[in-house]
This record gives sequence, structure tokens and C-alpha cells, in this order.
Amino acid sequence: MRATYRDAGAVTVVDIGGRITLGEGSALLRTTIKDLLAEGRNKIVLNLGDVNYIDSSGIGELVTGFTTVKKAGGDLKLLNLTKKVHDLLQLTKLFTVFDVYTDENVVIQSFK
Amino acid sequence: MAPDTKHLEVTLDTHVESVNVAEEMCLRVAESAGFGEDDCYRIGMSVREGVINAFHYGNQEKPDKKIHLAVDITPDKMIIHVLDEGKGFDLSSVPDPLAQENLLSTSGRGIFLMRAFMDEFNVVPGKTGGAEIIMSKKLPGASPVPNGQGGQSAAPQQGQGQ
Repeated sequence: MRATYRDAGAVTVVDIGGRITLGEGSALLRTTIKDLLAEGRNKIVLNLGDVNYIDSSGIGELVTGFTTVKKAGGDLKLLNLTKKVHDLLQLTKLFTVFDVYTDENVVIQSFK
Repeated sequence: MAPDTKHLEVTLDTHVESVNVAEEMCLRVAESAGFGEDDCYRIGMSVREGVINAFHYGNQEKPDKKIHLAVDITPDKMIIHVLDEGKGFDLSSVPDPLAQENLLSTSGRGIFLMRAFMDEFNVVPGKTGGAEIIMSKKLPGASPVPNGQGGQSAAPQQGQGQ
């Protein structure tokens, strides 16, 4: 997994690629969110457009990120799901939990 | 073992990398058995989840314990066995990850995914005393599996899933 982030006003967009799986992938996602919260960045968009695979550990890490950011008074939203990730979130009913967007401008505006 | 069954088995360390090794091995077997891309994805994911289950829940991430993976290709299906060296568990006691109160759980979706992605799925007491996951997928072009031949329904069931 790889992750880079950029600021769009008060919102931080994290561009993620590769596989979010048990081990390094899940750990990197956790560290990235933790670092952003430590910097006071609690309006977070995870751009998953280049994530081609996610397992149950990765799903668990998304949920951890979501609840951690919420507890910090912020919000975490998802952008650009690939078909595999979309189907997996539907199967696990997490599509009803996360706010999911297909347009970056729209998701950034949604925080206002 | 029937003479027309191909059998492959490997003993894996209780290590995160074993999850990738197991997935890659089973993907190669599945591809050579003729499964298409979508089924290979489902098989690979199920193997990952089975080995993660053995690594984390079964062997408690203890490096002195092993994970035993076996794959059989019979004339009509691919059968995968994942055996750990833990204490076993009761499938019916595993919480349902789709229940409203569990939706935000950070774990507990592995068995649900294996049930969803494979044609047959079961957990039995293994010869090591641990849990043995047995799951299968019908080969492309094979006849439907008759009732009672192997594990349980592929459909996710309420109240079960890890």
C-alpha cells in the first residue's frame, strides 16, 4: 500500500493505492490517520481510486479510522471506490456506515 | 484419496507473510484448474481469510505453532483445508458481522467472507486439536455439488462469521 496526502482547505485528501491488507497495508493506513489527527487534521477523505484489493484486516482498519476520527470530533469519508472495494463494502453492509463519494469537489464541499 | 485427485500441502510459519504465501499458492492452483478471474479473486480472498484466522485466532500469533494448508483438486471441485494448532472454536458462537451492533466492529468478518465467496464452508475439530477450515469451490463446468457432499451452504448465515 502507498499513501500520500494533500490539503484542500480544512480537508485533507489521502490518495491511497495498492492493497490494504493484514500487515504493512493496514499499519500504514493506521499511522497515516494517526499522524493527521496529531496535526489537527480531522476532516479526512480517503481516495481509494487506486486500491485494487482489501481484505478483512483492511476493512477493519477503515472502520478503526472512521471511529477514531469521529471520536476526535472530525469525519472520515471515502472517495472513488473500485468495483472490488465497492462490492466488499456492500457485502459487509459498511456502505451504510461510510459516506461514499465519486467526485472530489463534492466530498470536499460536503464538510462545510 | 481418490486416484484422480491432485493433492498439495504445505506447512506455514505463524507469520504475517504466510498469508501472502498461501494466497499466491492457491491462486496458482486455481488458475491452472481453470477458474476465471472473479473466482480466483474469491478463492484467494478466502484462503487469505482462512490463514489470517489460523494466524491470529487459532495460533494466537505464537511463532512456535504452525499453519497447515492443503489443497485438493478433485474432478469436480477445489477443496482447501486450513488447520491451526490452537484450541478450536464453535462456529455457532461467532458473532454476526452484519448485525447492527457489530457493523463498527474492527474485526470478525473473515468467516463471513469465506462463507460468501466459497460454495461450501465448514469448520471441524482438526487432528492437531485446533480448528480445521474446509472450504470448496466447484470447478468451472463441473456439475452442481449434490446435497450432503461436504460443508455447508455458501450463503452467509445470521449469527455466524468471524
